[in-house]
This record gives sequence, C-alpha cells and structure tokens, in this order.
Amino acid sequence: MSVGRADCAALLISLLLAFPDTGAAVSLDMREGATDMSKRILALHHMSLTVCVVVGIVVFGAMFYSMWAHRRSRRPEPAHFHENTRLEFIWTLVPALILVGMAIPATATLIELEDNSDPDLTVLVTGSQWKWHYQYVEAGFGYYSRSATPRQQIENAAAKGEHYLLEVDRPLVLPTDKKVRILTTSQDVIHSWWVPDFAVKQDAVPGFINEAWTRVAKPGVYRGQCAELCGKDHAFMAIVVEVRPAAEFDRWLARERQRLAAASQEAVAARNKQWTIEELIPQGQQVFIEHCATCHERDGKGQQGRYPALSGSRIVNGRIEDHLNRVMNGKAGTEMQAWAPQLSDVELAAVLTYERNSWSNHTGDVIQPKVVYEAR
Amino acid sequence: MHTHVEHATARNPFIAFAARWLLTTNHKEIGTLYLWFSFTMFFVAGAMAMVIRAELFQPGLQLVEPNFYNQMVTLHGLIMVFGAVMPAFVGLANWMIPMMIGAPDMALPRINNFSFWVLPFAFTMLLSSLAMEGGAPNFGWTFYAPLSTTYGPPSTDYFVFGVHLMGISSVLGAINIIVTILNLRAPGMKLMQMPLFVWTWLVTAFLLIMAMPVLAGAVTMVLTDRHFGTSFFQAAGGGDPVMFQHIFWFFGHPEVYIMILPGFGIASQVIPTFARKPLFGYRSMVYAVMAIAFLSFVVWGHHMFTTGMPLGAELLFMYTTMAIAIPTGVKVFNWVATLWRGSLTFETPMLFALGFVIMFTIGGFSGLMLALVPADFQYQDTFFVVAHFHYVLYPGAIFGTMAAVYYWLPKWTGNYYDERLGKIHFWAAAIGVNLTFFPMHFAGLAGMPRRVVDYSLQFADFNRISTIGAFILGLTQLLFLYIVIKAIRGGKKATARAWEGAWGLEWTVPSPAPLHTFETPPDLARVREEEAGFGAPAGAGATLR
Amino acid sequence: MSEAPRYYVPHRSHWPIIGSVALFLLAFGAATLIHQSTGKVAASGESGMVIFYAGVAVLAFMMFGWFGTVIRESLQGLVSEQLDRSYRMGMLWFITSEVMFFAAFFGALFYARMVSVPWLAGAGSKLETHLLLWPDFFDTWPLFMTPGGSATQAMKAWGLPFVNTVILVSSSGTITFAHWALRKDRRARLKLWLGVTIALGVTFLALQVTEYLHAFHELGLGLGSGIYGSTFFMLTGFHGGHVTLGVIMLSVMMLRILKGHFTPDNHFAFEATSWYWHFVDVIWVFLFTFVYWF
Ligand code: HEA
Ligand code: HEA
Ligand code: HEC
Ligand code: CUA
Ligand SMILES: [Cu+2]
Repeated sequence: MSVGRADCAALLISLLLAFPDTGAAVSLDMREGATDMSKRILALHHMSLTVCVVVGIVVFGAMFYSMWAHRRSRRPEPAHFHENTRLEFIWTLVPALILVGMAIPATATLIELEDNSDPDLTVLVTGSQWKWHYQYVEAGFGYYSRSATPRQQIENAAAKGEHYLLEVDRPLVLPTDKKVRILTTSQDVIHSWWVPDFAVKQDAVPGFINEAWTRVAKPGVYRGQCAELCGKDHAFMAIVVEVRPAAEFDRWLARERQRLAAASQEAVAARNKQWTIEELIPQGQQVFIEHCATCHERDGKGQQGRYPALSGSRIVNGRIEDHLNRVMNGKAGTEMQAWAPQLSDVELAAVLTYERNSWSNHTGDVIQPKVVYEAR
Repeated sequence: MHTHVEHATARNPFIAFAARWLLTTNHKEIGTLYLWFSFTMFFVAGAMAMVIRAELFQPGLQLVEPNFYNQMVTLHGLIMVFGAVMPAFVGLANWMIPMMIGAPDMALPRINNFSFWVLPFAFTMLLSSLAMEGGAPNFGWTFYAPLSTTYGPPSTDYFVFGVHLMGISSVLGAINIIVTILNLRAPGMKLMQMPLFVWTWLVTAFLLIMAMPVLAGAVTMVLTDRHFGTSFFQAAGGGDPVMFQHIFWFFGHPEVYIMILPGFGIASQVIPTFARKPLFGYRSMVYAVMAIAFLSFVVWGHHMFTTGMPLGAELLFMYTTMAIAIPTGVKVFNWVATLWRGSLTFETPMLFALGFVIMFTIGGFSGLMLALVPADFQYQDTFFVVAHFHYVLYPGAIFGTMAAVYYWLPKWTGNYYDERLGKIHFWAAAIGVNLTFFPMHFAGLAGMPRRVVDYSLQFADFNRISTIGAFILGLTQLLFLYIVIKAIRGGKKATARAWEGAWGLEWTVPSPAPLHTFETPPDLARVREEEAGFGAPAGAGATLR
Repeated sequence: MSEAPRYYVPHRSHWPIIGSVALFLLAFGAATLIHQSTGKVAASGESGMVIFYAGVAVLAFMMFGWFGTVIRESLQGLVSEQLDRSYRMGMLWFITSEVMFFAAFFGALFYARMVSVPWLAGAGSKLETHLLLWPDFFDTWPLFMTPGGSATQAMKAWGLPFVNTVILVSSSGTITFAHWALRKDRRARLKLWLGVTIALGVTFLALQVTEYLHAFHELGLGLGSGIYGSTFFMLTGFHGGHVTLGVIMLSVMMLRILKGHFTPDNHFAFEATSWYWHFVDVIWVFLFTFVYWF
C-alpha cells in the first residue's frame, strides 16, 4: 500500500524537479535503522500507514464516486434520506475495532521499549547549548562532542561536505550487541537526544534524568540531531555514534583512559610553564572563534540586546578575577555558560589573554594557566 | 446617547468612519471587523511563513540569522493560531449565529465590541517585540520552559501580557457566543434543531472558556518564574520544566479542536446545500462534536511522549488519543453519506468544503499515526508533525473559513463573487497546499527535525518542493483578496436564498442582509411553511431536522 | 417587571474601546514596569509606572462609565427578562472561566506534590535523577528543603488560616441572608447583612496580610522558597486578589442600595456579586484543604 503512495510521490518529485541530483537516492519511507526496535517501529509505521491508506481509499473512493455519479447533470433529483441508525452504528464500531487492532502491537512494542532494566553499559548524555557531553558512567570518564561542520560551509563560502551538519569532533563510541542504557539530562534548556537509526529519542530535561536504551547489532557510524528547540543553534547540535565490535570497543576504552591520564600529565607541565603573550594570543583567538564567536562575534561586538560586546566591556577590562570568574563559571540563567569544565587551563588562559588584548581592549595583561588552575 | 455621538461625527467623514467602526455594537459590523483583522493577520503570518520557506529553500544560511529564524517560526505559529484562525471563526460566528437562530444581535453587544478591540492592541504588542532589544520571542509558539523563562529574551514579558489580552478577548467572545445561543434562539427553536454551525460553535465556545484561562495561568507562571523567583519550572526548587508542558498542552490540545470544530460546522452547512440533500445523521453529528470536545481534555500527553513520562501515562494518552478517531470518523462518514445520491454541483464553497473533508482526513490520518507512542518517538519534533498539523490547519481551518466566506459572501454583500476566479483560487490553493505540505511528511520520515534554520543535504529535495509550493500558495491568497474586494464592489446580484439548496433562517433575510435583522423574532412555523413551499425536503433548513 | 417588547440592543458605545485602551496601557505598562523594577533584563523604557497607572485610571473611568450606563438602562426598564437572563448566564460562564484559571494553579500544586517532588527524590522511573543529580534530597510536603538547598518552614493550617476559613464561610452565609432580605424587600436587614459581609471580607484580607508578614519574617517563606512557596503564594495571592475585587463589588452594591437601587425581583448586579462571593469562598475551601491542611 505504502509503495503505491510512495511511487506517486516519487513521480511527482521527478516531474517537478529536473535537478540532476534527484533520483534513486531519495527514500520516501521512514528509515529502517539498525536496531531491533527501529525495525519494529518501522513495521508499526507501515501497519498504521497501510490502515490509513486503506481507510482512505474506501472513504475517498466513495466520495469521488459520489461526486462523479451523483453530480447534478446525471441526477437532477436528489434522494432525501438523512438517517440510518444501523449504518451509523457500523461506522462507529468498525473504526473502533480497527483502532484496537492497531493499539495491540503498539502497546507490545512500547512495553518493551520502556524496559530499561539490566543494561551492560550506561552512558550519561548531557546536553548544553549547543553540544553534547558523554559520560561513561561505569568507566568514569567522559568528553564533549561538538559539531564539526566548518562555518564556511554553513555560510555557503565552501562546498558542503557529505555529512553536512551531521558530523562532530568526537563521536560517542558504543559496542555492538550490548544493551546500552542512555541517561539524558541537560545543563540549561531542554534538548532531545535523537538517533533515528536507533529509534531513540529522549528529551534531556534540566534537573531530571530520563532513560532509554539501545542494542545495535551492526558496527557503523550513525548520525542524528538534537530534536527539541533549544535556542539559536538548535540546528547545529549534531550527534554521531560510532558502533564498534565489542572487543574493539574495550580496546578503545582502555586507550582513551590512558590518553586521559597522559593528557592530565601534559596539563600539569603546561600549567607550570611561563607563557608569553605571543604564545597565548593565537591560541586564544582560535579558542574564541571556536567557542565564543557564535555569540560574541569575531569582532567582539556581540549582538545588541542579546550578547554583550566584549570589546570595551567593563568586565573584560576590569579585574582579572571577575573576568576569570565570569568565563569559568558563566552566569546562571543566561546563555553564558560555565566554561571551566569545558576548556583546559591553557585554553582558558589563552582566551582571556586574547580578549583582554583585542579589538578596543588594550590591558596588556597576560594570564598564566597557573592562575586559572588555582582559580578552579 | 447615540444620537449625540452621531451629531458630533456627522460632519467629518473620517471621524464618522472611525466612530462607526470603533463604537459599533452591531454583530454584523463587528463580524466584519473580525474577518478583516483575521485576514490581515493571515497575511502577516503568511509573510513570515514565506521568510521561513525562503530560508529553507536550500541547505546553508542564506537570508536570516538563526535567531531571527526562530522568531519568525514563533510569531508565524502564534499569529496564525491566535490572530488568523480564531478571529476568523469568531467573525463568522458574529455574522451568522444571530441570523441562523433568529436573534436580533449578539446577547451582549458592548462586550462584543470590547472582545474585538482588545485584539488589535494585543497583536500590536506582540509584533512590537520585533523592534525590541534582543528581538521577538524565539522559543516556538509552545514557549517551553526554561527556554522561555530563564533564557527568554526581554520581550517575553510583552508576549506574556499580549497573551493575557488575547485570552481576555477570546473568553469574553466565547461567553457572548454561548449566551447568544442558549438565550436568544427564536421562540420554538430547540437545541436539537439548531444548524450545525451553531452547534459546533456552542461546543467551541465551551472549550474556549475551559482552555484559555489555563493558558493565562501558564503564561503567568512563566512571568513569575522569570521575575519573582518562583520555581514552577525549575528542578532546583522542586518544580519541573515538564510541568509547563502539561499545563500548556492541557490548554493546547483543546485549542487545536477550537481551530477545527467550527470548520466541521461549516462543512456541515455547505455540503448539504450543494448536495441538495439534508445533512445525514444530524444527531450523531452533534454527539460526535461533544465526544470530541470531551476527549480533547484527556489527550494532552500525546505531545509529550518523549519527555520521559511513565509507561502507564504513555499508554493512557495513546488510547484516548486514538479514540478521537471514532467520533471524527463518524463526522467524515456522515458527510460522505450526505453526498451519496444527492444532486451535486461544484460551486466554489462546495469545492472548498470537499477539499476540507479530504485533506483534513489526510491530516487526521497522520495524527492517528502520531498517536502510536513508539512510532511517535520517530516522528516527534520532525517535519512529519509539521506536515500533520498543516494538513489539519490549512486545508482544515483555512479551507473551512474560505468555504464559509464564499458561501455567505452573497448574503453579506448582496453580490456573487466571480465564480470562475473562485474556482481558479480553489485549484491553485489545493495544488499549492499539497505541494507545500505533502513533501514535509517525507522530510520528517527521513529525519529532518522541525524548527531548524538549516538542514543536511538529504532533505534538500523535499524542501525545495515545499518552498515552491509555499510561494504558489502565497500568491493564490492575493487572488482571494482580489475576489473578495471585487465581490464587495459589485457583481451578479444575489437573491435572499442565494443558493437554491440553502435552507435556514439566514436565507430568509434579504441579500445583502440589512444592518438589523430579526429585531422581532421570526415565526418558525411560518418560515417552515414557506420553505416547504419552495421545496425544502424534510429534515432540512428551519424544518425539524 | 414589565416585559420589554424587544431585546434591547444598545447602539454604539464608547466604553468598550476605552476599555481596550485601558487594558493595553495596563499590559504594556506592567511589562515595562516589571523590566524596570526587577532588573533581570534590560529595561525597555522608563515610563512603565506612568503607563501602568494611566491604565488603571482609564480602566476605573471605563468601569464607572460602563456600569453607570447599564445601571441607567436598568432603571429605565430597558432590561427585559431575556436580557436579564443573558447577564446571568454571562456571569456564570465568566465564573467558570475563573475557576479554570485557578485550576491551572491547582494543577501545578498537584503536579508538584504527586509528580515532580517524588521524582526528584527518585520515585518511579526517576531513580537516577535522585542518585546522580539530587542525592541529598528527600520527598516531603510541605517542602522544607528544596533540591537546590533552600530551606523554609510551612504555614500551619489551624491558626489564622482556619480562622479565615470560618470567616469566609460565614460570609457566604451572611451574603445569602442579605439576598433573602432583598427578596423580601427588607432594606434595613439587607444593609445590615451586607455590611457584615463586607466587614468579614475586610477582616479576612487583614488576616491574610498578617499571615503573609508572618510568613516573610518568621518562617522565611516567600515566592522564592521553592515550589511550596511558589504554589502557596500564587494560589493564596490570586485568591486574595479576587477577594479584594469581591469586597469592592460588595461595597459598590452597598452604595447602590443606599441610593435605593434594586427591587425584590430586579437585582442582577447584586446576585452576580453574591455568586462571585460564593465562588471566592469555594475556592478558599479548596485552598484550605490542599494548600494548608493536607
Ligand atoms: C486543527 C488542528 C488539529 C487537529 C484537528 C488535530 C487532530 C489530531 N491530532 Fe494533531 N496536532 C495539531 C493540530 C491538530 N491535530 C498541532 C497544531 C500539533 C503540533 C503542535 C506543536 O507541537 O507545535 C499537533 C500534534 C499532534 C501530535 C503530537 C506530535 C508530536 O509532537 O510528536 C499528535 C500525537 O498523537 C497528534 C494527534 C492527533 C490526532 C490523533 C488527531 C485526531 O483528532 C484526528 C482524527 C481524524 C481522523 C483519524 C481522520 C478521519 C477519521 C476516519 C476517516 C475514521 C476512520 C479512521 C481510522 C480508524 C484510521 N497531533
Ligand atoms: C492555522 C495555522 C497555520 C497556517 C495557516 C500556516 C500556514 C503556513 N505555514 Fe505554518 N505553522 C503553524 C500554523 C500555521 N501555518 C504553526 C502553529 C507552526 C509551529 C510553530 C512552531 O514550531 O512554534 C507552523 C510552522 C511552520 C513551519 C515550520 C517551521 C519550522 O519548524 O522550522 C513551516 C515551514 O515551512 C510553515 C510554513 C507555512 C506555510 C508556507 C504556510 C502557508 O500556507 C501560508 C500562506 C499564506 C500567505 C503566504 C499569506 C498571503 C500572502 C501574502 C502575505 C503576500 C506575499 C506573498 C508572497 C511574497 C508569495 N509553518
Ligand atoms: C551561547 C552564547 C554565548 C557563548 C557561546 C559565550 N558567551 Fe559569553 N556571554 C553570553 C551572554 C548572554 C552574556 C551576558 C550575561 C549577562 O547577562 O550578564 C555573556 C557575557 C560574557 C562576559 C561578560 C561581558 C560583560 O561585559 O558583561 C564575558 C567576559 C564573556 N561572556 C566571555 C565569553 C567567553 C570567553 C566565551 C567562550 C569561551 C563566551 N563568552 C561564550 C553568551 C555567550
Ligand atoms: Cu539542543 Cu536543540
Ligand atoms: Cu494534540
């Protein structure tokens, strides 16, 4: 049934658009996905679509037949009947039965879908404007995952890549064939963690933790997006999940933990080093463009009424402690979030130094990573 | 009192004009005001839709900033719902209900004027937020906390008070309509003899009175959370952001039926007229409307399946939501049975009414699919939902309104509209609607979230078609404007019973309807006799149904 | 009462448009005023106070004018039985809408007590919420300690609130006595019972103010004390506002009665006021039960 409708639409599309890039690749169906659940949901979708199409054919068929056969030029004299209790009873009862028939598989699927018990692995997913943080609860480590689509592509200054808007710097890595429990929460507003191929969509509500689960059989890269309006860059909150064979996943986990340890050693070294302004400013600029410029703009002028200008700002040109405090801890209840958990000592020192010596700001201050470390 | 006002204004035509429209208590004039206001807002919100569609024509940021995009989506939704659809239906109610039940006017004429004139102020306030520092509301028409509370722009507070004003307007309007229907019917007209448009409005008004105050409560809590330290929607204080959604949708779901029930009523007037056959199943139609209204208060959770509701609640809301398909189905089947073995002609109102039935049903089908919780996990917050609600709202609410306007224009103006242009309008609009909104189903199924300013490449084709369709659809509305103005200025003259199959009290008064009708109540027995003389079948018109 | 031949339809009135302007000024002024005074967001103007009070003034002017007109019409005998019925029905539906306004806040209260607070403490499917986010939080009602850690004390039910319940419930009785007196055309009694009702209403308000001061100063209970304080003050506050309105309406009735208005079978305004007063009373009984008592 659904195929018939799909074909019609495909025809419509190709008629409408003589664009070369349209063609076989266009799928009109819901995505099949990679989990048992996503396939069962697809079946549910097909079932309900089929019911609707069949009912539609009956109803619209009767309508169109009547419009044709009972038009005035064929039937100058209308009939006058206007009631039929038996008929009305039937068309109350039959839809009710159809609905019961639809509700049964939906209920069964839902009950299974909500069974979050006995996970093999738990990941805490925390949304914040506009990135995700993944915490492997048992292993006790985690990291941020940010959109990796270059600004130039978004602004049409460069050709768009294959995974435009669906790419991140560090994907979430999961093992195959393990029941993974996904806990979602948020730092600020409501987000929603959605990977269509897993059929997992769970709102991330600040102050609460919701649960979902998935079990993926096939290794691969799966992509999704935030699915709840969360402010300005809601469209740019990509999700990428890399599913690896279980053994490989374990190796990856071990390696990541090692790297983490090494990185913290490096951080100690970097923190103890005395940095010059020449070293800090380029790095600070990079951090600024990457993390701050979406709001405060590259020219440091911000956006009137929404994001304060940093150029000439009293805080930026004022006491270092205040400036540091604002950047590290943010300001509660505004989009200015706490950056201390997200950036390293060096990065924070660099971006502060950059801000204090750019645009119309000429404080000449150099902030050492050590100062940041002590402020933590 | 009125004589002295007229004295003062008689000399200056501009003042006379302003005084007429500002001070009027006449239901027809107020109806006209509502209709023009609604049409204006439809264009404003439609223009915003054009901005949205233009931005979505291709992937990448072309025209607008992400934040401005969000403002456009928010205002488009709010203005279409509160500024276009609701006032249009209230305008129709004002014009037609007194004439359909043989009343001299609305029950509370001054309140009627008040309900209308609050609206322009409310929308001035809402639109002025576009010029404010920090921009207009940008959190979607559903203004979920905490995006609208802690994170809302300063203009949110103007939005809050604007919604209060709209609420006052709707509640007072609804009270007026209910009281008119319950108290001012021509002597002898029983409730079960009222035309269906009147019935649907009676139930709609009830929904408004029950739902709008809850919205007022919701915005009030948003305001106090923003400024007075309350923590309704903050976990740290023991509240819950999701609580906002419960309160909002307790209002929101009845609201969507507020936007469709009068449309049901219109279809139930228009279809019998052009099928020349009494409405099939009058009683079950009435009961179905009541059933829908009742159910609409117990289904709100279907907008919140992904918020982490417990399993039991999800199941309950799924079942109640699915149950709505039953009474709605009864209505659809009854319309089809009305057509059956009638003697059909396809004037413009009939075309719009038939388009309404078909495309609303398509929207209803996708609604039913959304009701299945597991499947909703995939559909929720995608363009599939956008497709669903535009199918029930555009070909539903808007086509319904247009059917009504074409149907009653001869009564209002005394002139027929240009039938050829009317037909062109219908076909262009039908094509435009489907071209715009059908591909959105596919975009949603493929995984395109809603309320995004930019999207990945695999959705590009669907969006291109939608945008082309949207511009066609937008242009056809200019044609509608032209047709209406043309009919006001002149055209083929209409008789009192402008359509040969039309029965009922509103067709016993001359066309155009004089400013005051039924100053003394009509004698129903005489009207029935007359109608029978003209060949009204049993069960139609002011005759016992 | 004589049966007016036609349903009276006033022709043109300037009061509604004045009312719309008043509402606009009130709304715009209030938003601006809030911006200025709470300082959470950049103020978008300096004139909030002026606009707001202008709104209040225009609204008061409108009320006097509009109701004055209606009263005059009523005295002229323009109000037919049917029109009187319209007024009554209108008032009843208006009260229905008010009930729904309170329902929103009661809904918030029930949600907090039965859903969000237990969830934050780990009930049902929200165990992880408790373990990971709010490990120190316990489910109590009244909520003495919010998840965020701000403490408060609860308002006791059997002190002032109970006294207030008695007051308001008896005032529902006294207004009924007044109504009976009016129907029997016993003006002196009418004035007496109406006076008592007003006095009870004012006492209620005074006690409510005392209670608020007690809450602020001794209990540390305010709008900001978590969801308990939020629901407490929103519900009692809006109720208090409605009582104030009711007292004003009662006083207007008193003035009109002193001027000799109303007859035993034509006194819609009085009845509407008494309905309103009963409504305020019923809401209070719910408030007392769910906000203070249980
Ligand atoms: C006029 C407005 C209108 C109407 C009438 C409806 C009608 C229905 N809606 Fe819709 N809806 C909206 C406006 C409307 N909706 C809006 C605006 C939103 C989005 C809000 C937002 O998030 O911004 C929304 C969102 C929405 C959702 C949430 C989606 C999500 O966000 O995840 C759901 C889920 O259940 C839903 C379901 C339904 C159902 C079951 C009906 C039913 O009433 C439909 C019943 C009709 C039929 C089924 C067709 C006719 C029946 C037959 C021919 C009988 C036989 C049929 C069968 C047995 C199959 N709607
Ligand atoms: C009754 C309600 C109603 C109506 C009639 C419409 C009509 C239209 N809607 Fe609307 N829409 C909503 C209610 C409605 N919408 C709601 C509630 C939302 C959700 C908001 C949210 O998410 O918060 C929404 C969201 C919404 C979106 C989703 C945005 C997003 O999620 O990112 C889109 C996208 O295409 C859209 C498009 C359109 C279009 C093209 C029309 C067209 O039909 C409009 C056609 C009319 C005109 C164009 C006006 C007339 C002509 C002129 C003004 C002249 C100028 C014309 C040209 C330049 C061509 N709407
Ligand atoms: C999502 C938007 C956003 C991002 C990203 C952002 N900020 Fe901010 N920032 C804000 C907002 C909003 C404020 C204003 C807060 C307030 O209300 O005082 C602010 C305020 C500031 C201030 C204080 C300025 C003043 O004069 O009040 C500084 C300094 C600052 N941000 C630095 C940064 C740095 C450094 C970064 C990146 C590492 C950054 N911001 C990223 C939104 C953002
Ligand atoms: Cu995060 Cu949308
Ligand atoms: Cu709904």
